[in-house]
Amino acid sequence: MIARFSALVALVALASGTTPREPHRPAGGTISGKVTFTGTPPKAKPIDMSKEPNCVTQHPTPVTTEDAVTGPGNSVRYVVVYIAAGDQGAAPATDTVRYDQKGCQYIPHVAAMQVHQPLTIYNDDPHSHNIHPLARVNAEWNKSQPKGAPPIRTAWDEPEFIALKCNVHPWMHGYFAVLSTPHFAVTDSSGAFSLSGLPPGKYTVTAWHERFGTQSLEVTIAGSETKPANFVLTARPY
Amino acid sequence: MTHTTAHPPAHAQRQSFLRKHVFSVDHKVIGRQYLDLALVAVVTGMVLSWLMRFHLGWPDTPVPLLGKLAPTGAAGGVMTPEYYLELMTMHGTIMVFFVLTTAPFAGFGNYFLPIHVGAEDMAFPRINMMSFWVTLLAFLVLVAAFFVGDGPPLSGWTAYAPLSAVGKDAGPGQGSGQTLWAISIGIFCIAQLLGSLNFIATTLDLRTKGMSLARLPYATWAWFVTAVIALVAFAVLLPACILLILDRVAGTSFFIPGGLVISDRLQPHMGGSPLLWQHLFWFFGHPEVYVAILPGFGIISQILPVFARKPLLGPRVFIACLVAIAFLSYTVWGHHMFLSGMNPFSATLFSVPTLVITIPAAIITLLWIGTVYGARLRLTSASLFALGFVSVFVSGGISGFFLAQPSTDIYLHGTYFVVAHFHFVMGVAAMFGIFAGTYFWFPKMFGRMMSETLGKWHFWLTFIGVYCIFMPMHYLGLAGNVRRYSAFTDDYLQPLIPLHRFITIAALFTGAVQLIFLFNLIRSRLRGPKAADNPWEATTLEWSTSSPPPHDNFGGRRPTVAYGPNEYGVAGPAGRDYVMQAAAQ
Amino acid sequence: MGRLFAVVVTVIALVSAAIFALHVWWLPPDISAHGSRIDRQLNETMVTAGILFVAAQLALGLFVWRFDVRDGMPPRAVKTFPGGVTPLVVLAILFVGIEILVLTFVGSKVWASVYQTPAPAEALQIEVEAEQFAFYFRYAGPDGKFGTMHPDLMNDATQNFFGLDPANDTTARDDIVVGTLVIPVNQPIDLRLHAKDVNHSFYVPELRIQQDFVPGMVIPLHFTATQTGKYELVCTQLCGLGHYNMRAYIEVKTPADFAQWLKAQAATS
Repeated sequence: MIARFSALVALVALASGTTPREPHRPAGGTISGKVTFTGTPPKAKPIDMSKEPNCVTQHPTPVTTEDAVTGPGNSVRYVVVYIAAGDQGAAPATDTVRYDQKGCQYIPHVAAMQVHQPLTIYNDDPHSHNIHPLARVNAEWNKSQPKGAPPIRTAWDEPEFIALKCNVHPWMHGYFAVLSTPHFAVTDSSGAFSLSGLPPGKYTVTAWHERFGTQSLEVTIAGSETKPANFVLTARPY
Repeated sequence: MTHTTAHPPAHAQRQSFLRKHVFSVDHKVIGRQYLDLALVAVVTGMVLSWLMRFHLGWPDTPVPLLGKLAPTGAAGGVMTPEYYLELMTMHGTIMVFFVLTTAPFAGFGNYFLPIHVGAEDMAFPRINMMSFWVTLLAFLVLVAAFFVGDGPPLSGWTAYAPLSAVGKDAGPGQGSGQTLWAISIGIFCIAQLLGSLNFIATTLDLRTKGMSLARLPYATWAWFVTAVIALVAFAVLLPACILLILDRVAGTSFFIPGGLVISDRLQPHMGGSPLLWQHLFWFFGHPEVYVAILPGFGIISQILPVFARKPLLGPRVFIACLVAIAFLSYTVWGHHMFLSGMNPFSATLFSVPTLVITIPAAIITLLWIGTVYGARLRLTSASLFALGFVSVFVSGGISGFFLAQPSTDIYLHGTYFVVAHFHFVMGVAAMFGIFAGTYFWFPKMFGRMMSETLGKWHFWLTFIGVYCIFMPMHYLGLAGNVRRYSAFTDDYLQPLIPLHRFITIAALFTGAVQLIFLFNLIRSRLRGPKAADNPWEATTLEWSTSSPPPHDNFGGRRPTVAYGPNEYGVAGPAGRDYVMQAAAQ
Repeated sequence: MGRLFAVVVTVIALVSAAIFALHVWWLPPDISAHGSRIDRQLNETMVTAGILFVAAQLALGLFVWRFDVRDGMPPRAVKTFPGGVTPLVVLAILFVGIEILVLTFVGSKVWASVYQTPAPAEALQIEVEAEQFAFYFRYAGPDGKFGTMHPDLMNDATQNFFGLDPANDTTARDDIVVGTLVIPVNQPIDLRLHAKDVNHSFYVPELRIQQDFVPGMVIPLHFTATQTGKYELVCTQLCGLGHYNMRAYIEVKTPADFAQWLKAQAATS
């Protein structure tokens, strides 16, 4: 709980951009790397979906919890890596982030997006879900999305890591990482990430994980180069 | 006999339009205002029930226009589960408070109680006016919940804590909507307290010469007893609502225990008791059932003899039973809580008076049926609805046997059996009382007759319709169908969905039939044939004055009463078979 | 018109009663040790109530038929009810009174056997946590001890539905938490009902059992299932938007199957 919200403190509010960001900046530097852990991570627990038989049948092999997904070489999945400081401002992103509820799971588990970026939430299941973002900085809401209802179109106004739950299916758990920077990535199953298109400058790069906390590194980009940034987070078994 | 020549008192002329029709202290205007409010409320409540029933039959089918009316609650016209519960909560609250309490008690009572006792007005006319406007304010505050934040509350008309007390974390509608609900009901309590005091004072102090308690018309007896019940019941609900509001806005913990985790958040409360709310609410709630139905008892007992052309059987027994019900109504609230987690020993204790209360109720029913025996029955819209009242009251009352016993309540509690029971016994029966009263008193109130043809069509279709809606709900309950579900996803409920669709069709049909009543009401008010002073040949004082009565009810002279209200089937003056209460001795 | 009323009331009464009597819709088969007594009580009430219902409706219909004044009928005097009001009052007090005595006497025994008798000592203890909008069940695990519940540790995201503290509380580490209530047949089950947030209710129609969960209270509930199979446990106390979907399955297994299931669960947790 504490770790989850301490990330908020690390977020730096940025001055609003004066020059509009071009959608696909061709040149610029890249920061890429890998997130790993030390210590003992919690065991992934099987999820008991028995109250919703629809969802049980959608998963031939039982699904496990995604709040701490680790892989070979102690890699950590679903870590949000972003520019916490040094960014030169950005225009709001206009491409829509798609978020799905399918088989009583949130897909992807962590969705990163920019402030004011359009977000569309779909219910792909043949039954109702409710989406309850437990926002504290932004306005909290809690809406059901029954079968046949249109997708929910929304956006977030303030940077925040927002835990997401479905009260109807208490095991459903995800995160919206709402960031003021346009430079962010979520680590893949090998723990790898890459932030590209960075203009020259000095950056604070932060990695955030819902259970393993945050860590920041300073990286300076001089031109069209790729700089490494590797994070080692501390895991606890419980 | 005080006959009807209107001597309009001088001051009636001098009043401005606003003073005469809007902010009037005349009990008749106030009574009509209550009835108009109840009409608006009942139409609202009925539309909500249509939407709910449609959703229960066809949960995934979009309702045209609903998506535009409720873009959050029913995006694309498909109702969300929370929107269903919000409609359900508003339906229950509007119907119980603003229809079933407002129309038969405050509405008809206000209009006719002072006339029945031979008074010019209520004991406290200004307080009477105030109680109406406070009721209207309560209604507006409640309806405002539709337009705030995330919508109206979803915790049902019973507003069980902690769901109703913890605020937004508990879900949509539990924010400002629930606060407005509690404020509205608190305001409503104040209005009822004022109104009840007025009813009691008027009945005791303003009776005209000769109007002993034994000569009071039965409707007035019922309104009087109801006022006594309401005075005690609403006096408990008011502080309960205040405590609920404090829990919600001031951070107190009257109804919220410690250690609650709602939506993954530990709640900052400790030491409260959810059962406390249930006790307070049902201490009000069960007497409230009688507030809704006892005026119906009185109206039926007054109407049946008129159309049977014979006296009510056992009038003293009837009044004794009314009083017995009033006393017992305060001892039975725990039967709503058999399975609530209260001490199981107390279940038996609450069960016995609950079963005992069926004795006076059964006696009254037998009195009505016995009154029909040997009658010269005139079947009009009013008497048909009165007879229909007896039928639906029997149907609803008898299912109470199952719910009054803890051992059978184990199975039936929280199912549609309960929904069937209380809709029959307090919803449909009370509505039939309102309909009977409307057809009976409309000529007096507006000086015009209602269409009997339309009235009878209205009766037959409604009578059959309500049985098609509510009788199958008993079967649903026996099959274990849980109430307050917005859709039926459980495996064992799937075979019951066709029955739900049947009920939905019956409900939409019966609802549409009420348009006949509405049409009859409006058309008769504008161009119904002129009503005589006493079109039904009834005995009570309202029929001794003009239709509608003059401002001070009796045109400047108060009637003297020499007879009881029950003088039917007798050799009266001028070959009549009845003697009016105000007839000369 | 009086005849029409009589016919309509009679048809309504008889059709309604027939649907009850023919069990067109009825309770699901009882699978509990105590349920047959509830069913008997319900049946007895049904018979008495049914007789009262049909009799009252038919009497009403009959009198309306008989005493309606139709056009062209010669005028006649009204008659009072034979014997007046006294026999009616006596009849109601005697008939309903005796019925009440019988129902209370028999019914309170049925009630007491379910709610006022503690569970037998050999009963299997299971903890139940109800929350918006699911039930979770906890078995003590191989050590036979339940770990302590800490509300501040409850978190759906980490599947810590009971607020266990395995880091510090060793008895909590082997607790088995599942979303299906699995029980052995013919063995008394002793549940402890916990509500995490608001009121809920435990209702299994086949088990003839229902009990509210109340926040701040731990409520015991015991029963014995007598038939194996899969049943549904549903919530009957309005708890919020997902109330309609708040359910869990109950699997009643043979003792051998149950032991095997428990062992498999202990191995994975």
